[in-house]
Amino acid sequence: MNKFVRQLLPFGTLTLIIAALAALEPDTFLTMENFSNVFSRSSYSGIVAMGMTAVIISGGIDLSVGSMMALSGMVAGLVMTQNGNVVPTPCLMVLGTFAGVLMGTLCGLLNGSLITLLNLPPFIVTLGTMSAFRGISYVMNNGMMFDVPNYTFLGESAIAGVPVNVLIFLAIALAAFFLLRYTPLGRYTYAIGSNRQAAYHAGVNVNRNLIAIYTITGLFVGIAAMIATSRTVSAQPTAGISLELDIIAAVVIGGASLSGGRGTVIGTIIGTLLISFLRNGCTLLGISTNIQLVVIGAIIIGAVALDQAARAKAETA
Amino acid sequence: MVQSVSESAAHHEDGIALRMTGISKHFGPVQALRDVSITVRAGTVHALVGENGAGKSTLMKILAGVYQPDMGDIEIQDRRQVFANPAQALHAGISMIYQELDLAEHLTVAENIFLGAEPRGPLPFTISHRHMIAQAGRLAQRYSFDIDPAAKVEDLATGDCQIVEILKALRHNASILVMDEPTSSLSEREAKRLFEVVRRLRTEGLAIVYISHRLEEIIDLADEVSVLRDGVLVHCEPAATLDIPKIVHHMVGRELTDFFPMRTVQIGDGLVQVQGLSSEAGIRDISFEVRRGEIVGMAGLVGAGRTEVARAIFGVDKKTAGQVLLNGRELNINSPADAIASGIALLTEDRKRTGLCIELPCSWNITLPSLGQIGFKPFIKPAQESRIAGDVGSRMAVKWSSPEALASSLSGGNQQKLLVARWLLANSRFMIFDEPTRGIDVGAKTEVYTLLNKLAEEGKAILFISSELPELFGIADRILVMRRGKLVGDLATKQTTPEQVMHLAAVEEKA
Repeated sequence: MNKFVRQLLPFGTLTLIIAALAALEPDTFLTMENFSNVFSRSSYSGIVAMGMTAVIISGGIDLSVGSMMALSGMVAGLVMTQNGNVVPTPCLMVLGTFAGVLMGTLCGLLNGSLITLLNLPPFIVTLGTMSAFRGISYVMNNGMMFDVPNYTFLGESAIAGVPVNVLIFLAIALAAFFLLRYTPLGRYTYAIGSNRQAAYHAGVNVNRNLIAIYTITGLFVGIAAMIATSRTVSAQPTAGISLELDIIAAVVIGGASLSGGRGTVIGTIIGTLLISFLRNGCTLLGISTNIQLVVIGAIIIGAVALDQAARAKAETA
Repeated sequence: MVQSVSESAAHHEDGIALRMTGISKHFGPVQALRDVSITVRAGTVHALVGENGAGKSTLMKILAGVYQPDMGDIEIQDRRQVFANPAQALHAGISMIYQELDLAEHLTVAENIFLGAEPRGPLPFTISHRHMIAQAGRLAQRYSFDIDPAAKVEDLATGDCQIVEILKALRHNASILVMDEPTSSLSEREAKRLFEVVRRLRTEGLAIVYISHRLEEIIDLADEVSVLRDGVLVHCEPAATLDIPKIVHHMVGRELTDFFPMRTVQIGDGLVQVQGLSSEAGIRDISFEVRRGEIVGMAGLVGAGRTEVARAIFGVDKKTAGQVLLNGRELNINSPADAIASGIALLTEDRKRTGLCIELPCSWNITLPSLGQIGFKPFIKPAQESRIAGDVGSRMAVKWSSPEALASSLSGGNQQKLLVARWLLANSRFMIFDEPTRGIDVGAKTEVYTLLNKLAEEGKAILFISSELPELFGIADRILVMRRGKLVGDLATKQTTPEQVMHLAAVEEKA
């Protein structure tokens, strides 16, 4: 019963926020356009959060996702514009998209390899690559962005009224859900996060699995980077600054434990939406973005405190 | 600052140090203790025994102020006391030494002893390390403990850590010392030293409550024995008139005539050959054979290299020489994953650290090494997984509310069975059990023995590492003896004696 209530907690909070906003701002909030906008804006952070969920379940952390997103976008922009010399042709746009996604994947592979081969804490490795990836993004075009004015497919188009980027997010969420729940890789991720030594002694190839998790996260970041690039029709070296904090917050609000072994895809989706609707609601109600930061901070601490209290109660009962 | 314990206790030389009367305690619907009364005299060792879950820990946590009783009184030296928290109990002279030692590893012995009451230095907010080390040294000397107060705790052996805990208690002027399973992680030699220490503390006038599963040492050490069963005090008697069968009888409420199962297994031909095995962990030139249906015991003191042999075979430690053959074929094992693929299982000695993922479901723990096998590929089907785990779990008679219950919800003995179920499902042909009965109660131990026997009957080859000679002699067909990284004996159980094994294991050891 208690466990059930605990799982309902983030969902209940989300429902409450939506209900409150619907009551306060029925005309602007309860519109198809607004909802479509919120989901579309959640899509790329949601995609990154899927990877982060796996990383956090494994007992790790990836601080480099924001910088990785900028770097992937810049590589895509470089290819699409031939280093700023042409307006992207459809052929170049496809090529650039692949290049950007590949870049993200390689960045993830690098993180995973450094963590396992040098046996370093993920926090340290990704703190380092966070800085390095950002630096490379700035160097690529001397701190300037690449304009890709006609790269609008991922950002603006819709199929049957549903934005393409939301569809991509749903597909990736489904894949992540399946991966964590129904594949040995997902199961090993929980086992490694819960007790790495025990997983190793039970025959889990810990290093190979960790590399896979960080690489998949890189892949997701690469895809998210292309959506972000398309939404702003430009590849920006400043993209995704402090994105990692929002995403870690979403995963933690969704019930994952930073010490590993615990977390779900559904929880993370709820956490992501919770932050998005909160932002949206604050904007509609005319609350400044600065206050939004305070509200989100309070929600993170409150969510984890409530979760811990419920857990402690469940244990003594 | 450091008062003599004997002075304060001298007035109560023949007096009652501790009297707990009519203690009851429930957690939710579970009655953990019902009307329990015990009396402990100063200058005696009072042993508290009972199976896991009998209520020993709850009773001691009430004494230490961790829990508050629903009913009942605590009197310390004839004065009634109510403890709202552990600090008050400590102040009243009660010190607990828990099974998992409670020391700050990166600090020195002296710093640990004086934690929270450090001698002040000349400047405000400073500590005088010189005084602290000197005082710690004097305290150790007074009780003739041989320990360096300036040493870091992380560099000490487990036995020495216990001495530090005891010194900590003495520094608090403890008159009542509670020791919870103090010998469970000690070598034979360290345990002997601890017994001497306990006897010395007894003559100093301390009242010692001693909890242990090892009944031999209780008979040896205790003045009085109290037996708890299902939260009720079922028996209390001077140790002098007790023996092990009597204690066991009171603990389990029945005679354990069938403590060890009858071994009727037909031993088959050789399955595992270990030849000239050496590893980076310091074992040298180990050779032995285990046949189908055979249980081979492995004896030795702590640190003799028994666990290291298991780790080398299982691919955890790097081999530097030698080979392992299964069915006459040489195996190439570089990791536990390789070993498992070859049909080898290792039930590690540390269930919590290297065995279970405690916060994951039982079923996940069981299937973990088998997920790569047919039936789970390419996708895990939860219903099927639950059924498979449920089947193998019930074969091991694991007591759980369902296979989806968290592993942390099981008792120690059931967690052990869960791990055995894991390797049963992995279809291991050669199973290594490293101290499988450590820290589990008598009833659960018997179940483990029965289990080993059953596995042997199924034709598995078993290597059984244990520090308890009686169980090796009770269940093993042969006994290997390790000493300082070498195999020094390979004896048929029927043709040897515990004395001979002990001699082989210990003879070259220098104090």
